[in-house]
Amino acid sequence: MIEIKDLHKSYQTGSSSLHVLKGINFSVGEGELVAIMGSSGSGKSTLLNILGILDEADSGSYVLDGVPIKNLNETIASKYRNKFLGFVFQSFNLINYKTALDNVALPLYYQGIPSKERTEIAMSYLEKVGLASHSHHLPNELSGGQKQRVAIARALASHPKVLLADEPTGALDTKTSYEVMELIQGINDEGKTILIVTHEPDIAAMCKRNVILKDGLIIEDKQIIQQRVKSYV
Amino acid sequence: MFNLERWQEIFEAIGKNKLRTFLTGVSVASGIFILVILLGAGRGIQNGIQNQFAKDATNKIQIYPGVTQKEYKGLGIGRFTQFKNRDYDIVTQKFENFIDNKSKLYSVWSGNIVYGKETGTYRIEGVNPNYQFIENASIKEGRFINLNDIENYEKVTVIGNKVATDLFKKPEEALGKNINVSGTIYKVVGVFTDPGGEREESRAFIPITTAQRAYSAGEDIRSMAFTMPKRANFEQAVTESEIFSKQLDKLLKERHDIAPDDVSALNINNSLEEAKKIYQMTDMIQFFFWFVGILTIIAGVVGVGNIMLIVVKERTKEIGIRKALGATPYSIIAMILHEAVFITLISGFIGLILGLLLWAGIGPLVESDFFTHPEVDFNIALTTVILLTVAGAFAGFIPAYKAAKIKPIVALRDE
Repeated sequence: MIEIKDLHKSYQTGSSSLHVLKGINFSVGEGELVAIMGSSGSGKSTLLNILGILDEADSGSYVLDGVPIKNLNETIASKYRNKFLGFVFQSFNLINYKTALDNVALPLYYQGIPSKERTEIAMSYLEKVGLASHSHHLPNELSGGQKQRVAIARALASHPKVLLADEPTGALDTKTSYEVMELIQGINDEGKTILIVTHEPDIAAMCKRNVILKDGLIIEDKQIIQQRVKSYV
Repeated sequence: MFNLERWQEIFEAIGKNKLRTFLTGVSVASGIFILVILLGAGRGIQNGIQNQFAKDATNKIQIYPGVTQKEYKGLGIGRFTQFKNRDYDIVTQKFENFIDNKSKLYSVWSGNIVYGKETGTYRIEGVNPNYQFIENASIKEGRFINLNDIENYEKVTVIGNKVATDLFKKPEEALGKNINVSGTIYKVVGVFTDPGGEREESRAFIPITTAQRAYSAGEDIRSMAFTMPKRANFEQAVTESEIFSKQLDKLLKERHDIAPDDVSALNINNSLEEAKKIYQMTDMIQFFFWFVGILTIIAGVVGVGNIMLIVVKERTKEIGIRKALGATPYSIIAMILHEAVFITLISGFIGLILGLLLWAGIGPLVESDFFTHPEVDFNIALTTVILLTVAGAFAGFIPAYKAAKIKPIVALRDE
């Protein structure tokens, strides 16, 4: 599903250049649930942004579902994001003047799906995350956990190949975090490929594979025995 | 443009951001509103001034006598210029091509008119039949002086509406009555009105021949008045009337032994030259209003551009989210422009309609000689609305384009 070879990325900060990724080799197969770990500054968010076609690598190759991601213009990048990827962010990133239902329907709008159909699909995903009753609430009328579940429904609505989550539980308390992780595990059980960036060991333990970054390199990559959320609670 | 889905997106964004929409709308609507007010006021002033000017025929030329101020051919200063019938005959013969209506005048500034117990002092003017058209007077009752009156020295008079109301209470009763004008009995054959109003209507016209005899003037006349033939082109008419004035001046000065550079010995009053000045003035006023109006519109466009910049700044994060969800740069530009054009157009029309309503409401209430019929050419106003919309779209395009260029990752970090 994801093939990465010798990926480099550096940022210009004033006069000095910061080398964030120093040659990452990494591949993810279908149906995996991967936690990307590391302390802050290790380059894990940068890696996720490159994987999400939100940012571009300086060198190296990235193949997503057999499609090379290289030198794309903005229009094609937008289409790939819409087709291949679903995003879940730490700060939820819901559009605050749209209802939960309209937020979930937004990626479908950019796929050109007619309004009525959009609403039906969006509603079914809201049901899936258990928020059908809140479909007409605005984001500021929802709790943190509910917002993140709306964001997950939105990420799934466009039927992506890969779900990318950047610290999805970073802004949530432990109980809510576990509820969100339970949802993510459920989605993974249905066969969806998911990558999660986190620095919380308990969240990483709930994934199937842990990749640890340090100073722009992968220092550890291991399959683990997945902890089901239910056993924690 | 006619994508229903996009309209829904835009209405949602507009509906959820009322303050922003309101501020944009107000800046556009007020710009158009002020422009409409200015154009209406400019037109009102122009109409008013032109009406004021309609009291006489606009191509009227009148020659009054004066007093010499310069010695010439051994003759002293302080000589009064006295025109004679002969002057009039020569002028009308020589300048036949320049002249349409013509009249010589013998006038008395304050003549007593008596009817029964009513009495009043008015201007008495001995004139030719054509003088009616030179004065722009219209006959309300009866007729004007005719050729027969002139030839037979008839004692008939055509009195102004003011004179008729003063003496007879009801102007229509004046016809056929005999009135005493400076000691001679005249029969009233007509009542006239004049666009110049009461001052111009406080006069009585009598045949020129009768006047010369009644006031023992012999061959003397007081002044001459002409109108020039209508010309399609205003500039041509002005040029011709200037030539006519100059030649007239030269001829009469030669005949009366007046120094060529003596400016006070005779006065040629050329109303077309006056008209030209008035037109130039109203043009200037119009130009000024347009100038201010266009500056207002420019301010409006800058306002729209400015608000669009703020809108884009404020929505940076939203744009980042949309891009992460698969919005293409084109769809971002289209979304922002579509919204800008829609708001500008609607509020432009609101400003336009408010401005037109204002003039429709207060226009008829304004009572001033120098301000009438303040109206706005609807097409011009409509064009400005469309112009403003296009300009607003251009002003909105730059921020929209910038927004579409923002990398989603940068936009998402924006708090």
